[in-house]
Amino acid sequence: MGIRVDRERCVGAGMCALTAPDVFTQDDDGFSEMLPDGPAVPETHPLVREAARACPVGAVALTDD
Amino acid sequence: MTESTTEPARQDRAFTGTATEPTPAPPFPQDRECPYHPPTGYEPLRAQGPLSRVTLFDGRPVWAVTGHALARRLLADPRLSTDRTHPGFPIPAERFTQTRQRRVALLGVDDPEHNAQRRKLIPSFSVKRIAALRPQIQEAVDGLLDAMERQGPPSELVADFALPVPSMVICALLGVPYADHAFFEGCSRRLLRGPAASDVDGARIELEDYLGVLIDRKRAEPGDGLLDELIHRDHPDGPVGREDLVSFALILLVAGHETTANMISLGTFTLLRHPGQLAALRSGETTTAAVVEELLRFLSIAEGLQRLAAEDIEVDGTTIRKGEGVFFSTSLINRDADVFEHPETLDWDRSARHHLAFGFGVHQCLGQNLARTELDIALRTLFERLPALRLAVPANEIRHKPGDTIQGLLELPVAW
Repeated sequence: MGIRVDRERCVGAGMCALTAPDVFTQDDDGFSEMLPDGPAVPETHPLVREAARACPVGAVALTDD
Repeated sequence: MTESTTEPARQDRAFTGTATEPTPAPPFPQDRECPYHPPTGYEPLRAQGPLSRVTLFDGRPVWAVTGHALARRLLADPRLSTDRTHPGFPIPAERFTQTRQRRVALLGVDDPEHNAQRRKLIPSFSVKRIAALRPQIQEAVDGLLDAMERQGPPSELVADFALPVPSMVICALLGVPYADHAFFEGCSRRLLRGPAASDVDGARIELEDYLGVLIDRKRAEPGDGLLDELIHRDHPDGPVGREDLVSFALILLVAGHETTANMISLGTFTLLRHPGQLAALRSGETTTAAVVEELLRFLSIAEGLQRLAAEDIEVDGTTIRKGEGVFFSTSLINRDADVFEHPETLDWDRSARHHLAFGFGVHQCLGQNLARTELDIALRTLFERLPALRLAVPANEIRHKPGDTIQGLLELPVAW
């Protein structure tokens, strides 16, 4: 399991950072990224699945690898 | 262009065998009876499942999406176009007929062009940039409440608070002089509500002229707003043209104050009509953030998002044909009982986060975090400063907006 944040797909809605602020943030340009000092195993964070569901364009996804 | 595409839907329904005579497609949009509940005339739509037929003002049959899961799927489907210049693009009222002749930035443009436009604006709406506006928003809210207190009750809350808060904030954000607010608020009122088609078109031309002059001035003398940044920043694909700048400015200015103003006034009214829930907000039993999110769901003021099928789209055995119009009824989508338990109840404890009040897909509201921040500060401060706030007239005398525009109150007389 892993988390993928697709910056090309991101539309800057900020839903991931709003839903799981311990895991996601936005860079200075407003595009989503993982917090560099976030949890060690972010894919097990209880709100990550919620954040993926909240993303309006599927830019945040849980992956199998 | 003629539309003659009712037959597939009727056949599909006939196959289910639930009705021998097809139910006539109800008119859409309809006026709300209560300003915070969907029209009772939409009840048959809920019963028909997530996709049903409705009739527009001109008799044209279109689709209404009322289910949450289907709305998420279709709002993310690139086969549904938002290009308002297409001659078949569905409009909710006759006064918008001429709007097909004008290109509308962002919300009227499909990808990839839309994506290129939106990317230029995303940095200005990041969570960090919006958080940096908090002191300015608080100052605007405090100043307006100071003025209301100085003047004493009663007050008309739309004019004295709900409209000026977002209007001041969007002016500061864009770099538009607030001194001109009476002019552009009047224009955006006519742009959205007419009443005549000539009002809509006239308001657009006046606003475009005004913003064009403002942009020319900013080219010569840069200021420090979003528009100045757009003009003077280096963009990977070259500078933004004047026509695009005017179109961006118009959309941001109108969307930036009309929607939030309606949420503040209708949100306040809804809280005053739900004393138990208001008490929980006042006592700190709930967070203002939870209140804002649930009010966004409950009120769904941006009702009837429009799209046009650019190709045939199969939906669970039904086909939305190329050229057909599709409306998303956010008020019904956000009260889908499969997603929101007891959807008619205003409940701060629910997780309202998955509401589609800001839409979904690539066009989801760019200013949603600005709206959340403004609503948070405005509602919290209003009820802190005026704990005895109450309606100054009976609730049933308060007039609200018709169904074919952004939902909200025309006025809100209050005392304290």
